[in-house]
Amino acid sequence: MRLELRGITKRFGTFTANHRIDLTVEPGQIHCLLGENGAGKSTLMNVIFGLLQPDEGEVLIDGVTTRFSNSGEAVRRGIGMVHQHFMLVPVFSVAENVVLGFEPTKSFDRLDHQRAREEIRSVSQAFNLEVDPDAIVEELPVGLQQRVEILKALSHDAELLILDEPTAVLTPQEIDALMAIMRSLAASGKSILFITHKLKEVKAIADVITVIRQGEVVGTAQASDSEAELASMMVGRDVNLTVTKASVTPGDEVLAITDLVVRDDRGLAAVNGVSLTVRAGEIVALAGVQGNGQTELVEAIAGMRHVESGTITVKGVDITNHTPRQVLDAGVGHVPEDRQLHGLVLSMSVADNLVLNTPRRAPFARHGSRNLAAVNENAEALVTRFDIRTTSTQALVSSLSGGNQQKVIVARELSRPLSLFVASQPTRGLDVGSIEYVHRQIVSQRDDGLGVLIVSSELDEVLALGDRIAVMHAGQISGVVDPSTSRETIGLLMTGAHVESADA
Amino acid sequence: MPEPTPRRSFWARVTGQSPFVVTLFALVLGLIVGAIVIVTTTAPVLDAWRGFFSSWSGPGHALKVTVDNVGAAYRIMFTGSVFSPATLWHAITTGQGWTNALTPISETLTYATPLTIASIGVGIAFQTGIFNIGANGQAMMGGIAGAYVGTLIHLPMVLHLPLTLLAGIAGGVLAGSVPGLLKAYTGAHEVIVTLMFNYVVSAVLLYTLLSTALQAPGQQNDIARTLDPSAQLAPLFGTASGLRVNYGLVIAALVVLFAWWFLERSSLGFDFRVTGANPQAARASGINAKAVIILVFAISGGLAGLAGVTELAGFYKTLDGGFLVGNAGIGFTAITVSLLGRNKPIGIVWASLLFAALGVGGRAMQAATGIPLDLATVIQSAVVLFVATPVLVKEIFRLRTSPTAALQLATKGWGS
Repeated sequence: MRLELRGITKRFGTFTANHRIDLTVEPGQIHCLLGENGAGKSTLMNVIFGLLQPDEGEVLIDGVTTRFSNSGEAVRRGIGMVHQHFMLVPVFSVAENVVLGFEPTKSFDRLDHQRAREEIRSVSQAFNLEVDPDAIVEELPVGLQQRVEILKALSHDAELLILDEPTAVLTPQEIDALMAIMRSLAASGKSILFITHKLKEVKAIADVITVIRQGEVVGTAQASDSEAELASMMVGRDVNLTVTKASVTPGDEVLAITDLVVRDDRGLAAVNGVSLTVRAGEIVALAGVQGNGQTELVEAIAGMRHVESGTITVKGVDITNHTPRQVLDAGVGHVPEDRQLHGLVLSMSVADNLVLNTPRRAPFARHGSRNLAAVNENAEALVTRFDIRTTSTQALVSSLSGGNQQKVIVARELSRPLSLFVASQPTRGLDVGSIEYVHRQIVSQRDDGLGVLIVSSELDEVLALGDRIAVMHAGQISGVVDPSTSRETIGLLMTGAHVESADA
Repeated sequence: MPEPTPRRSFWARVTGQSPFVVTLFALVLGLIVGAIVIVTTTAPVLDAWRGFFSSWSGPGHALKVTVDNVGAAYRIMFTGSVFSPATLWHAITTGQGWTNALTPISETLTYATPLTIASIGVGIAFQTGIFNIGANGQAMMGGIAGAYVGTLIHLPMVLHLPLTLLAGIAGGVLAGSVPGLLKAYTGAHEVIVTLMFNYVVSAVLLYTLLSTALQAPGQQNDIARTLDPSAQLAPLFGTASGLRVNYGLVIAALVVLFAWWFLERSSLGFDFRVTGANPQAARASGINAKAVIILVFAISGGLAGLAGVTELAGFYKTLDGGFLVGNAGIGFTAITVSLLGRNKPIGIVWASLLFAALGVGGRAMQAATGIPLDLATVIQSAVVLFVATPVLVKEIFRLRTSPTAALQLATKGWGS
């Protein structure tokens, strides 16, 4: 299928999400749409898929102007979409999920499981996508769940496949498998529109690259262009992608975790016997696929989750099962994984958020009465020092971009005396410019002798920042390795294999 | 090609998007709803509309009768609750009849006094994300405690009045702390506990009134002794003025000032607001959720108790079985007033003045035109409904929202 967009413009009120976007996807082509978060990629996809109507411009399919009033029409016309968050029913089987909405039936409207199964087998075989039709979706690894989504689109005879940030939840091996699938689909004549902000993936797979920034196409690029070139197109200025670090001379232990067991909300042992140390002047990066206990581990350190057994000490002081207040006062800075849920009060000002966990500390308050002048002075100083882009310190923090919201949290945590800095997914959802900035801040804190624990599901980040890399799988540390370790080895550790077998 | 400017309606340009403006339009809509009720329930107006097609003058007559009746009702509502230009002019020019001229506004202030205090208490709880539906029971408890101290102890005023007021606050704190402690330590939902507590306190009121301790001597009914004069809040302009507005107004003003300082300037108020806006972030920032819950119930209940004892010492003077029951249930009205005032002290002052004025004016209207007082309740309810649905008000008056400046609802729902 040949998809052509001509002058697509989409506005929300006074905000223009897409401005006169032109784009063509040829049959058999893998077309990458590269852009930062908030550049308008998802809006554009929703326009193509019929979920949004463009204010101006037209969508042409095989040269014919087409207008979908809903996604069902788009599916019937041969467009398949694999969403970032899977649209699968977890308790249904693969076959049931794939036929959902288009179920083959026998007499009396009974579901024809046999035909559903056969349908899947034939599509699986045609495109070489192996999945057991009878497997229950929630029991499959994430990579296979995504394969089910792709199968579902293909079984509806999709000629154009839109993949929206498909690699966010995958291990390196799963990403490689996905890329192979994309290549073979393209070879069989399908068109693929691949949306991402990850430069490595774009370079690995793209036939054509279209870069969009602030809702406009800023140009096309080649896969042979360097990452730095792509990044500067995406951000609009030169960016430094490599993190430069001086060699490390770690000091004393600031964080020592011993045999830690922590339960998740369902009562299962999400952290199951973890021991880990972080020394002063060292960055320990905790790698792993999301949902392997990293979240619970950090919550336990921050005093927000009950520790079942084991101990956590900061500079030799036992903080196991202390309150968040006591942990903060022990000198632990914490950038939470979900910044809008745990890190900020969106309906309050930037200034208030910058003293969110120190409202009583001098000079911000005296005798129970807040000193707003001091709070504002603090805010002015931090906004300048951390380059927080805001109209004013009194602006609501919700009016800031994601990157600047994250800077508010980082600024707040780093502006008080710390011995340990814990950051969970510190750059998730941030643009390249903000990532560069946050990374520099983290490294400079390490250089100043702070112990740093980074939790990240981005392997690039882990490799760039970590002085030591601990890999977590199924609630346990499956290995602690040097940052020079190969991506493949770390990828294997992320699946639970042990280092010995990984090296073998 | 220049960007086409998005359509900005007249109203959007003139008024901006402030909550105050939306509230004002909600009031206008409420008055329109009230007018419809008047038209459909007043016989002469309905008759005039029946004759709409009977003659050429039919439509004109129908409109005239409508405007006359609705106009008269709303005019009397205003003159009965704020002032009447004629009597005020008379008082200014002759120096006579000041009581007459000032009675409407005095009455409105008298009704607004306890309502403001109770609403501030409810508003502080709302800002903390807590639904204190039990303000009425807490106010009743304040009244009961105040009645004990005001009738059974005899002291000079400098001691007696403060002690009576403190007793009222203590009663409210007591009634508010039970749901607070239950929520903090067992997770019991405050809406259910506070709501049910209203019934408990109602029963306590009747029980104490029929007990020998409080019941007036020689009485068989649920009526207590009258408060000692030393425990009463005296009229602000002396008994001779004939105006009922009393020193409770000063207390209410102090409460408003305190609440503003507490919410905007105090460290504890900051904790409260953070907890209300994002409980998860509050916890992560080291705020002790249990302490906040217990304290907010104590403060909210204490203010409700103060409202109750102010109502008793300044207005009723004698506790009886009708105290804060039915239409007088200021603790229930306080929930609506607080929402209307967006839980902010200044907003609450305006909202409770509006509610008091509609009630006082409604009574004057009932006396003068025979239109039932319930019309005031209809208008009050309609205003709150329109405020609770800002989207509807904006749609009706074409107040467009910009994507960033969406109006926030006063509360988020049955949160815990």
